Amino acid sequence: MRTHLQKRDNRSMRMTILVPIISLLVSFLLGALVLLLSKANPLVTYQAMLKGAFGSQTKIQYTIAKAVPLLLCGLAVGVAFRLKFWNIGAEGQYIAGVIGITWVMQFWTFLPVWLLLPIGMVVGVACGALWAAIPGFLKAQWSVDETLTTLMMNYIIIGYAEYLYINAWKAPRGNMGTILYPEAAWLPRIWGRVHAGVYFALALVVVLYFILYKTRWGFELNMIGKNRRAAQCQGVCIKRNIVLGMLLSGAIAGLAGAIDSAAVTHQLTKGVNSGYGFTGIIIAWMSALNPFVSILVALIMAALETGSDALQIMKLPSAMGEVMQGLILIPLLAGSVFIDYRLVSRASHTEATP
Amino acid sequence: MEDRNTDGTPVVRMIDITKTFPGVVANDRVSLTLHKGEVLALLGENGAGKSTLMNMLIGLYQPDSGSIFINGVHRQIHSPQDSMALGIGMIHQEFMLVGNMSVAENIVLGMKDLPFVPPMGEIKKKITALSKRYGLQVYPDKIIHDLSVGEQQRVEILKLLYRGADILILDEPTAVLTPGESRDLNEILKRMLSEGKSAIFITHKMDEVMSFSHTVQVLRRGKSVAVKPTGDIANVQELANMMVGRDVLFSLDRGPYEPGLAMVEVKDLVMLPIGGGKPILDNVSFSVRSGEIFGIAGVAGNGQQQLTEAITGLLHVDGGSIHLGGKNMTNKSPLAIIKGGVSHIPADRGRMGVVGDMSVGENLSMKKYRTAELSHNAVMKKSRIRRFAEDLIERFTIKTPSQDTSVKFLSGGNIQKTILAREIDFCRGILIAVYPSRGLDVGATEAVRQNLIKQRDQGSAVLLVSEELEELLMVADRIAVMFEGRIMDILDANKTTTEELGMLMAGVAREGR
Repeated sequence: MRTHLQKRDNRSMRMTILVPIISLLVSFLLGALVLLLSKANPLVTYQAMLKGAFGSQTKIQYTIAKAVPLLLCGLAVGVAFRLKFWNIGAEGQYIAGVIGITWVMQFWTFLPVWLLLPIGMVVGVACGALWAAIPGFLKAQWSVDETLTTLMMNYIIIGYAEYLYINAWKAPRGNMGTILYPEAAWLPRIWGRVHAGVYFALALVVVLYFILYKTRWGFELNMIGKNRRAAQCQGVCIKRNIVLGMLLSGAIAGLAGAIDSAAVTHQLTKGVNSGYGFTGIIIAWMSALNPFVSILVALIMAALETGSDALQIMKLPSAMGEVMQGLILIPLLAGSVFIDYRLVSRASHTEATP
Repeated sequence: MEDRNTDGTPVVRMIDITKTFPGVVANDRVSLTLHKGEVLALLGENGAGKSTLMNMLIGLYQPDSGSIFINGVHRQIHSPQDSMALGIGMIHQEFMLVGNMSVAENIVLGMKDLPFVPPMGEIKKKITALSKRYGLQVYPDKIIHDLSVGEQQRVEILKLLYRGADILILDEPTAVLTPGESRDLNEILKRMLSEGKSAIFITHKMDEVMSFSHTVQVLRRGKSVAVKPTGDIANVQELANMMVGRDVLFSLDRGPYEPGLAMVEVKDLVMLPIGGGKPILDNVSFSVRSGEIFGIAGVAGNGQQQLTEAITGLLHVDGGSIHLGGKNMTNKSPLAIIKGGVSHIPADRGRMGVVGDMSVGENLSMKKYRTAELSHNAVMKKSRIRRFAEDLIERFTIKTPSQDTSVKFLSGGNIQKTILAREIDFCRGILIAVYPSRGLDVGATEAVRQNLIKQRDQGSAVLLVSEELEELLMVADRIAVMFEGRIMDILDANKTTTEELGMLMAGVAREGR
């Protein structure tokens, strides 16, 4: 039987929902292959991962805490992707956020302690926004390719952050990491490991949904993303909106960094390049840029990460989480063809001669 | 065209072809016969099912029912490769050429039996031989970028001939050609027919049907309504009636010509190409007054489109001034110009006019969404916008399943009606329409022209760029002719003729000037 692809007459709603779900399942199958190759039992491993992610109240709390920066990074990337601006620099913008808040926490000691957290977060957000605005400006002004600039700028800031926590901002004791933020300036916990960052993330989902779907600016971003030339003809300023869109995208990634360091790490140290920004790309793509769907996807991605942390203790391959996050993208990208196309079998027409 | 052979087995027979898409019957038991050496003109309004029928012949779609016989043999055509193997090739409206590759490379690109290192010398020889035989002048070493549209089309034809096509399907082949190039195409077609090839040709232009074809087949709403030898058709009017199934207005009612204030004043406008060279716009001056339609004639590519993009703020000018409604708007942003009350029906409706992936309703609100009518401060009034869109769809008779349908699923005519509705509804004094009826069927063309005249009668200043002289003579009050970035002359539409305009378009100035 021969089959071929035929363009659909409408985008398939069903496929928009089914493709990401099936992609997740396929990635589990592919992951099983990888596990078999490394001589581990897939069933045992997956069970351990499930337990590691949701097995107890503490573990659920860990997973939720991890989902917060992931969700924020997914939202950040989603805003840029809506403009068809391929921001793969959320990782760097996240780190800019961490550097920003650490700067305030460490050096703005003239402030009363209760002001450190809010001001630190604002500065973190601003740092993320500015770091993202650079490639935005380069693109708007001189059409510099953003995939390259955003990617390369990640490595610049990772190196700078390293210099800071190993050298310039290093705490007197130990061989790396800044001093911990004053405890009074930590983002409070609300349920075990789960911290108040959840409120920020969820509020942002609602705000973003409103901006993207209900406001004039959201409408303009959508127009630019789907047909730049037509948007220009309708009087939408492309350059300004690219810079604005990147400011917002970077601000959200910066917020992710500020929240995670204020609530979890309490310092700038090794591991700041956590990969949240890169995972954000997968989250944005899987959720079809929908902020509400991002919540669910972020939770799944967080579960993969906390779940694989648990594997380490069991002497199972703990990189499995990352492997699977990557594996999701392949069926997802391959499968999205079915949103616009359908598979038609040729066997349905029989050959005949008169 | 004379003499053809209707004896013997037809080269193509399509019998009772039915094809449905969700919600639409695109073809309803359509039959079609093509003989060897025959040109069949396939005529019909946008959405009548012509392209669908042809796409089934070349294997892009599969019919739901019905059968296709090629040279008397029943065939299942699953893909363009299949149809090519049967000697059927199609030239689409948008050319499928790689811009930075040479003519020869494009011609053999994608051929299956090509060796890993193609023998380019031999290929070029074969191409030259073919082009001589059919009178298709092309240079195999030229890069596609450097070719005119007419030359590119010749490359497309050669591509099919090189692959041994005997049956050529041409989708609106002259839509992009200058009158001279159209005549050349006619010659090429004749040569091919004398060599035993046959052609089906989809078109909207009736005079071409009359001069190019042996047989006319008319589709209307998915059904075949008439098949007639071209010789039996009395005139263009009869053909137009067959196509739309009602009498078409060939002259349009209009109010008296009472021009008012100059709304668009262009003075000594100069636009230079990036990197130097001949100016794109060379001291262009004219004015459009309220209550008049000012036409701009010219072969496409003589600066007309750049002129309109300069007026709408999309392109910067290097000298001169543009005053709109009395205000200096030279090199102002598109937004400032829109806010100044300028509506624009752009040249390329798919790329500039609409956002294909957004809904009809969204596309309709793309100009007014900023106004207090459709938004409150920064927030869009969604339910108000729905009612607004519903109203426009009704007023401009846009055929769409719903306002939530993506615009890209509409036919060309309905896409243009969507743009027309949005721009005319927004129009506050100045309307700039660039090739507004290009590629549209009779019904949609008529709607476009009537709306332009209505705007004029209501006191707007209308700037109409067109390459169809009949359209300009029918619709415009004054006509300027552009040639190589200059305005050759500005004429009174009532006192000029196609011949006079044609001479000016070719760059020949009027005597005594």
